[in-house]
Amino acid sequence: MIKFDAVNKRFPNGTTAVHDLTLEMPEGGITVLVGSSGCGKTTTLRMINRMVDPTSGTIRLGGKDVLEQDAAELRRGIGYVIQQSGLFPHRTVLDNIATVPLLLGWGRKKARARAAELLETVGLTAEAGKRYPHQLSGGQQQRVGVARALAADPPVLLMDEPFGAVDPVVRTQLQDELIRLQRELNKTIAFVTHDIDEAVRLGDRIAVFRTGGHLVQCAAPAELLARPADDFVADFLGAERELKLLSLTTLAEVPLQRATTVREDAPAPPAGSGPLLVVSARNEPLGWLDPSGTDAAPLTPVRPLRDTDTLLAALNESIASPAGLIARVDADGVLTGVTSREAIHEHAGRRHQEAARAAVSLTEATALSKTPGGTV
Amino acid sequence: MTIEWAWISDHAGDLTTLTLSHLQAALTAVLLGLLISLPLAVLAHRVRPLRGFLLGLSNVLFTIPSIAVFVLLLPVSGLTRTTTVIGLTIYTLVVLLRNTVEGLDSVPAKAREAAIAMGTRPLRTLLTVELPLALPVIMAGVRIATVMSISLVSVATYIGDGGLGQLFTDGFQRNFPTPVVVGVVLTLLLALVADALLVAVQYVLTPWTRQRHPKSGKA
Repeated sequence: MIKFDAVNKRFPNGTTAVHDLTLEMPEGGITVLVGSSGCGKTTTLRMINRMVDPTSGTIRLGGKDVLEQDAAELRRGIGYVIQQSGLFPHRTVLDNIATVPLLLGWGRKKARARAAELLETVGLTAEAGKRYPHQLSGGQQQRVGVARALAADPPVLLMDEPFGAVDPVVRTQLQDELIRLQRELNKTIAFVTHDIDEAVRLGDRIAVFRTGGHLVQCAAPAELLARPADDFVADFLGAERELKLLSLTTLAEVPLQRATTVREDAPAPPAGSGPLLVVSARNEPLGWLDPSGTDAAPLTPVRPLRDTDTLLAALNESIASPAGLIARVDADGVLTGVTSREAIHEHAGRRHQEAARAAVSLTEATALSKTPGGTV
Repeated sequence: MTIEWAWISDHAGDLTTLTLSHLQAALTAVLLGLLISLPLAVLAHRVRPLRGFLLGLSNVLFTIPSIAVFVLLLPVSGLTRTTTVIGLTIYTLVVLLRNTVEGLDSVPAKAREAAIAMGTRPLRTLLTVELPLALPVIMAGVRIATVMSISLVSVATYIGDGGLGQLFTDGFQRNFPTPVVVGVVLTLLLALVADALLVAVQYVLTPWTRQRHPKSGKA
C-alpha cells in the first residue's frame, strides 16, 4: 500500500505543486490520479519513487518511509512507465526490457530470458525483441515500456500518462491489455491521466486533483460518478457522467424476456405483427424483420450482447433496434432472450441510486470517524 | 615543376618515419583533448552557469595564433614533442568540448528520466545511457578535431618537430619542390584515411542509427 500523509511540495520558484495531500492507494488496486495539467498529479506520482522529494509530510510504501531508503534501490523495486515509452533508443527491445534485472545483478543470460518471457506477456513476438525501439509502432513501444516496468516483478507500478501519445483505437487496446494483465498480476498501480474516460475504465479508485495541488475527491469510479463532491468534480466528469456510470455496470443483472423469433428459412410471417427477431438454425440472432414494411425490406442488423457487455452498450444498441429491444446471447452466440429499452433504463436508474446511496453512507462514516472525541 | 621520383624511393624510410611521427602527434592530441573535454563537458552540461564560461574559454584559446602557442610553451616544455602535443590539444578542445556538450544536450530527456527512474545511478547513467546516445555528435567533433590536428602538426616545424611539415622547410630551403608535394599528398592521405577509419568506428559503435526506416506491420 502507498500512503501519503500531509504531503506538501513547493518548488523553489514558489509554486505549490501538491498541497496537504493525504491519500491511500490500496494494495493490488489501480489508483488513478486525474486532473487538468498543472494540478500536481504527476508530481504526486514522482514523489513515490523519489524522482521528486516532498517539502513536508511522509510517503510510505509498504509501511516504510520512502525518504529513508536509498533512492536508486527504492526505484529498482518500483516499475515505471512514461508517455512515449521513454525507451532507450540505443538498446534493442530485449535489452530495454532487461534494464532493471541487469541493474539488480541477475546476469545477462537470466535477464534476457526474463525479457523474452515478458515480450510474450505483453503480446509482442520474439522477433520484435531484436529490433530497436524506433523500428516499432507507437503502440508496440508502449507495450515494451510496460514489459520493461514489469521485468523485475516489482509489487508497485507507476504509470505517467502511459497511453497518452497513441491513437484512440490503440489506446483502447492497451487499456484492455492492462486490465487483463492486472487481473493476473495484482500490482499496486498508481496511474496518472488527464482523460476521465481512461480513469473510469481502469481505476479501482480515482483521485481528482484541482490546480494548486489540491485533492478534491478520492472514490471508486461508481461513487465518484454518482456523487461528485462539488461542482469542480462534476464539471471534470463531464455532462455524460451518468452514461459513464452505465459503462461500469454489466448486463448480467438485467432481467431477460422471451423473444419472439422466426427462423430464417421459415415462410414470411403475416404483416401487421411487431418486429421479429430472425434467427439461424442454431438459434443465433441474424437481424430484425419488420413485417409491416414491404416484402423486400432487408433485415435491420442486430448486434447481440452478452452478459459481460456494459449497460451503456445495451442502451446504445436499444436505440438503434427497431422495437427498442436488444438481443442477448450466451458465450456461444446462442440467443438467450431479449431485454427492452425500459428494463435497461430502470436498471440503470436503480444502479445510480445505489451508487449514490453507497457514497452517502461512506461519507457519513468518514464524517463520524473524524468527529473530534467521537466514540464510534 | 618536376617531381623527382628517385628522391621519393631513396627516402622511403624517412618518409615512413615522418608520417608515423606526424600521425602520432595528431592522435595523441585528439586523445588528450577527449580526456580533458569529457569531464569538462559533463560539468558544463550539468552546471548551467559553467557552460558559457567553459565554452567561451575554449573559444578564446582557439583564437591564439598557433606559433604564439608554441613560443609561449617553450619555457615550460622546450623544443620537444610535448610542446607540439600540448599546442595541438589546446586546439582540439574547442571542437571536442562544444560537440560533447551538444551531444549530451541531444540525449532524449525521456531516456534519461527513464534510466534514473529505474534506479540507475548517475555515473552508470552517464556511461551507459548518456554517452552512447551522445556518441554521434561527439564523433562528429572527433572527426573534425582529427583532420584539423593532422593539418596543424606541420606548424610545429618551427620548434623542430612537425612530422611531415619538415618536408616543407626542407624543400623550401633548397628550392626543391618534390618534398613539399610529397608532404602535402601524405598529409592529405593521412587525413582521409583517419577520417574513413573514424566513420567505420562510429558505424560499429552505433548500430541503432543504421536502419532509420521502421519496418511496418504489427508484431
